[in-house]
This record gives sequence, C-alpha cells and structure tokens, in this order.
Amino acid sequence: MKESKVLSMKEAIARYVEDGCKVICEGFTHLIPFAAGHEMIRQKKRDLTLCRMTPDLIFDQMVGAGCARKVVFSWVGNPGVGSLYALRRAVEKGIPHRVEIEEYSHFGMAMRLLAGAANLPFMPLRDYYGCDLPKVNPNIKELRCPYSGETLFAVPPLNPDVAIIHAQRADQLGNTQMWGLVGVQKESAFASRRVIVTVEEIVPEEVIRGDPNRTIIPGLIVDAVVEAPFGAHPSYVQGYYDRDNQFYLQWNDISREVSLLQKYLEEWVLGVKDRQGYVNKLGEVIIKRLTPPASWSQPVNYGIYR
Amino acid sequence: MVQKGEEMKDYSPSEMMIVRAARELEDGQVVFVGIGLPNLAANLAKRLHAPHIEMIYEAGVFGAHPLRLPLSIGDPTLVSGATAICSIPEIFMYYLQGGLIDVGMVGAAQIDRYGNINTTVIGDYHSPRVRLPGIGGASAISLLAKKMLVITNLTKRGFPEKVDFISTPGFLGGKRERDKLPVEGKGPSAIITDLGVFGFDQVSGEVVLQSLYPGITVEEVRERVGWELRISDQLTISPEPEKEELRIIREELDPRRIYI
Repeated sequence: MKESKVLSMKEAIARYVEDGCKVICEGFTHLIPFAAGHEMIRQKKRDLTLCRMTPDLIFDQMVGAGCARKVVFSWVGNPGVGSLYALRRAVEKGIPHRVEIEEYSHFGMAMRLLAGAANLPFMPLRDYYGCDLPKVNPNIKELRCPYSGETLFAVPPLNPDVAIIHAQRADQLGNTQMWGLVGVQKESAFASRRVIVTVEEIVPEEVIRGDPNRTIIPGLIVDAVVEAPFGAHPSYVQGYYDRDNQFYLQWNDISREVSLLQKYLEEWVLGVKDRQGYVNKLGEVIIKRLTPPASWSQPVNYGIYR
Repeated sequence: MVQKGEEMKDYSPSEMMIVRAARELEDGQVVFVGIGLPNLAANLAKRLHAPHIEMIYEAGVFGAHPLRLPLSIGDPTLVSGATAICSIPEIFMYYLQGGLIDVGMVGAAQIDRYGNINTTVIGDYHSPRVRLPGIGGASAISLLAKKMLVITNLTKRGFPEKVDFISTPGFLGGKRERDKLPVEGKGPSAIITDLGVFGFDQVSGEVVLQSLYPGITVEEVRERVGWELRISDQLTISPEPEKEELRIIREELDPRRIYI
C-alpha cells in the first residue's frame, strides 16, 4: 500500500513553498489555484518568482500582498475586464516594491514548459520573427536549423521549484484528473521539481483507474494532494462552478486603490483561517448562483482484457 | 412613439465593426478567435453566410459552439458542445504552426503606418509610461495564420506613424522586409475600425483607407491618424448593417450589451 499524499493546504504550502523560490500556478483563466495563492499570502511568503502565462487576479493579489520579486508571463491583464493594477503599480511605480518582469508570447511560454517537462535545453518555434521582444529578452534567441539551415527562434526550459495545479479530482496518491481546458498544466507539473495538486474532490483510486484517459498528472510526480472545494473561485471549474464575474469586475476597482486592495486582503485572505472559512463567508447564495446545470458525457467502454 | 422598424436603423460603431469583420470571413474557413469583437464577428458569420466556419480559441478549443458570450478566453461555454479540446502547446504547435489556420483576428493598442502592432508598452520598455498586456498569442497568429485581420478603434493615440514597440509585426519597415520572414503569414490584410476599414498597399505595405462607414468623412479619419494618410482611388462606403445582422448581435450574441 503506497502512502497517502493528502495534506492540509497549510501544511502543503509550508512544506514545499520556500521564500525566494520559483512557483508556477497554471490554469488558463480556468482552474486557477486561488486557494493556494491565498495560503501563500497568509503565510507571508516573500521574494517568489511567480510564473503564469496569464497572471490574472491571483498574481495581482500576491504582488499586492508583497509576495513577489519577479513575474514571468505572456499576457498580463484582468481577462475580459481590463488591467491588473497592483502588478502595474509594482512595475510602473515600485509599489509596494519594484517587481521584475520577464515576458514571452503564449507560444514561447508553452514551449518553455514543454522543454522543461521533456528535459531539453531549448525548444525551437516559429514565432518572434520581426518582433521587438527578443531585443529586450535575451532568453529568446535566434537559432539556425542544423538540417535545413533555416532561421528559427528558441526559448530555454522553464523548470520551477514548485507547480501548483487545481483540478476537479485526484486520488490520495495524487493521480489527477482534469477536464475542460487543460492549458499547460501537464507540462507545468512535469517541468517542476515539486508538485502540489489542489482538487475539488479526493476520490477513490478505482475512480481514477476506471477512466485513465482523463488522468493529466500521475501521482508519480505529485508531492502533495490538498482537498480544496471551491478552491479556484472566483475562476471557473468545468462542470463544478462558473466564474464569479461580478468579482472580476469589482477587482477592477479594488486593485486600483492600495487601501481597497489591503482591505480586501484583510477581509477575505488574512481574515479567514482557510478555504473553508472563505467558502463559508462567500455563502450559499453565491455558490448556488455559480453552479451550472449538469451536462454528462456518454460513458466509454474500456473493456476487460484478461 | 418610435416604430420598431425605425429603432433598428440605429446601430453603434461596435456593431458596424462586428458586421464588417464578419463579412471578411468565408464559409469553411478555420478561424482563430479572441474574446470581444472578434468572437462576436466569427459567431455572427457562422449564423449567416458562413455556417461551416470552425472556431479555434487559443485556450485549447477546436470547433466551439458557445451558448453565451465567453467571459474570458478559458470560459467553459467554449468547451461544452465543442468538437475537440487540446492543450495549449497543441493549439500552437499543431493547429497554428502546422498551418491549419485560415484567418486570425487580433486587437491593437497601437498600430502604425505599416500595420505593426504594439500591445506591450507605451514609452520605454524598461521604464514604461503605460504597461500594456503584452503579446499573448498575437505574434504567432500574425506569423502563422494565412490571413490576419486587426480590429481596433481609430484614435489619434492608437495610430502613430511608428509604434513604440513591435509586439506583433505588420509589414515592419515595408512589404519587402516582411516578405523576407520565413513564415506562412504575409502580413495583415485589413484594419477594421469604428470609422472605416483600412487595407494595405500591395507594393509598399503602407496603410491605405479603403472604405468609410456611412456618414463618416475622410477628414474625420485623417484627424485621428498620425501620418499623411493615403486614400484609395476606389474608396467605398461600407453598406450599413442589415436588420438580421443587428438582430442576431443584439438578441442572440450580446443580449446584455457588453461589447455593443
């Protein structure tokens, strides 16, 4: 019998996220690990290099809370709404302190993670021709193909110290299943030295093994499994809840003002003990509003072969 | 009392942009779609003259059939009922780099005389006056889709002679320079704005005003462009949106009027 990897969020973050480390929290506007982000803020993590293709509200909150030294990204904004003002304040004015940035295109970030996951020194890609970004980011290099001689661009691997991924379900060994948009979560997990998975539900191993095609991350590379229902709120989880768009719109005003942002953090992050406290505070009315009607897929037949 | 028919004669600049962009799309095309007006344009075309358009979203969706206006690029409404879901590396490597995309649509904070797009910074890169969102998927779309449409409002600040930063290349310093890039995409084909539509000179790659919206003058356009604008010899007036186009936009696509 293998040992369970189930930890509380507090234990998982305390054990695997050290000050100064490089953390990737993926999820392309879907399945964003907000519960883990809030725990990093509560534990006052500092000097983190935060990596995400789309920093989203989670990194705006973490930058506003003073957790970050650097942000690595490919598109920075409040998706469908506007700007991330805390991040902009840090970059443009150095409030609360100067945050360094390192940026790519989406294609470049995805290829960095793929190189990281595949243990390769770089990935070639047909992007960046005619772009100014390689002039300001020396990590993006021109490359001559050793076969055809043509010019390509290359990006180096991204190998974070820790990946934090939110998913619909996992078993207690960390075998993780995800559906809907899967973004670069698999690549992020394989590219990272440590992996924390947070899930809506921990399920028995036979649920996972009954549908292995849906397993995105194997327990083999997972260090901690955390049960965190509603752990991606205010972002979406396919089949579980919708984005709390009212909050995304409110964030536009909150993040503009340092005082409003601090008030938010005190009330919704530092003022609650854990995710359960946050969910209780959110209340049933909001949870009900965000729960979609069901749409089940047809089961598939894997067959029994003996 | 205003008659219903009369009410339908009014339309917003955004609705005109959506309709103009939709008319650029052809049936059967594989279209790389973003959130906002491009999404509305592709969905409008699919309900009218181009029912067999396949919509691809960079989040990892092929053949989307969204039941609502997506709140963001990762909205689950793009997943439920779609033909296929894949990872982001697959979207960029297999679909885009693999040459399967016919048309891409992108926005711009700034666009210049040769169609180069800036979505990165206003001012110096290392100490920017304004930090913009960055490239996202746009450079790859411009370089790898067979055709690219730019959809953006026409403002004096948004149309400088030269952008502060080339996030996504247009024709660079001119068409000859762009033609040297070893990629499928040969440069933007149109800029669809709230006052009219621009094309590009076939030889130089310079922006040329091709079509005005009804009631808009060349002078109004010139005032908002930061260089000596060229006007096409065959300047047209774009036809107004049809009733059915407006009905679909208002009743089916954006009933809460978020973008229109």
